[in-house]
Amino acid sequence: MILPRVALLVLLAVQPVVPPPGADTVLDRRVRGVAQRLRCPVCQGESIQESPAELAVQMKGVVREQLAEGKSEREVMDYFLAKYGDWILLEPRAEGLNLVVYWVPVIFLAIGGVTLFMAVRKWTRPDAVVANTDTADTEVDAS
Amino acid sequence: MDWKRALAVTGAIGLPFIALLAFGMTRDPRQIPSPLPGRSAPLWERAVFASGDDAVLRRPVGDTVRLTDLRGRVVVLNFWASWCLACRGEHADLSFVATERASQGVQVFGMLYNDTEPNGVRWIRTMGGQPYPSVADPGARTAIDYGLYGVPETFVIDPEGKVAHKFIGPVTAQGLMKVVDSVLAAVATP
Repeated sequence: MILPRVALLVLLAVQPVVPPPGADTVLDRRVRGVAQRLRCPVCQGESIQESPAELAVQMKGVVREQLAEGKSEREVMDYFLAKYGDWILLEPRAEGLNLVVYWVPVIFLAIGGVTLFMAVRKWTRPDAVVANTDTADTEVDAS
Repeated sequence: MDWKRALAVTGAIGLPFIALLAFGMTRDPRQIPSPLPGRSAPLWERAVFASGDDAVLRRPVGDTVRLTDLRGRVVVLNFWASWCLACRGEHADLSFVATERASQGVQVFGMLYNDTEPNGVRWIRTMGGQPYPSVADPGARTAIDYGLYGVPETFVIDPEGKVAHKFIGPVTAQGLMKVVDSVLAAVATP
C-alpha cells in the first residue's frame, strides 16, 4: 500500500522542472535584456530584439549561445562592442563627446525656464517706472 | 535696446548649437568606423564551396580553410552575396588584384553572406568565373565576428594576422592594390 505512494513521491521529486511550452525562461529574459540594448546593423534605428532583419536574428542567436555558455550580460555586450564599436549601443555611453547628447537638452531646458520665468515676472510686475513718470509729469505741470 | 541684448543672447546660445548640427551634416551615417583595424583578426575555419579558377589561388571544394594556416601571407577577405548588386561592380577589381598579387603570396577569399551555396556558384558562373575560392559562413557567425553591417565589406589581414584595413562598400582595384602593397611593403621593411 505504502510502496506505490513512495514510488510516486520519488518520481515527482526526481522529475526535472520543465517550463510549459511558450513560457518565458530565465535565459529568454536575459537574451531580451541584452538584445534590447544592441542596435541592429541593418535597420540602424531599432534594437536587434525588435528588428526582423536576418542579421539581427542571427545576432540574437549569438547572444543566446554566449549566455547559454555561461557568459555574463556584460561579457556578451563587450563582445559586440569589440566587433562593432560604441555604435552598436542603442543608448550611448555617458562619457566623452557623448555627454553633449545628455546635457544639451538639460541646459536648453534650464535656459528656457529661466528666460520664461524672467519674462513672466517682467510682464506681471506693477509698472512702477511708468507711475513715477506720471508723477514727474504732474509736478512739471504744476510748476 | 532690449532686442539687441535678446539677439546677442540668442546668438550666443544658438550658434554653437547650429555649429554642432552643421558638423553632424558632414558625417556619413553609413561610414561607421570599425574597431578591428590594428587588432588581431577574428579566427575562422570555413569550408570551400567554390574552388576558384587560378592555379595558385584555387582550393578544392570541401576543403577547410583556417585563418591560422595563412600566417605569413596577406589575406584579403571579401564578404559577398549573389543578391548584392554592389558586389557585381567590385568583382572584376577583386579578381584583378587576386591574380596580380598571387605570386607575392596574397590570398583572396570570398565569404558568402546570408545566401545559399548553389546561388553563389550560379552567380560566379554568371560573372564569368572567379580566380579565388569562396567559403560558406553558416549562420553569419564569422560575419558577426568581423562586425559586418552588410555586403560588400572587405578586410585586409597582414601576415601577423592583424586587420590592416577594412573597406565598407565595393572596392576598386586601385584602392585595394594600394592597401595590399602598403602591407607588403611593411613586411619587406621590418
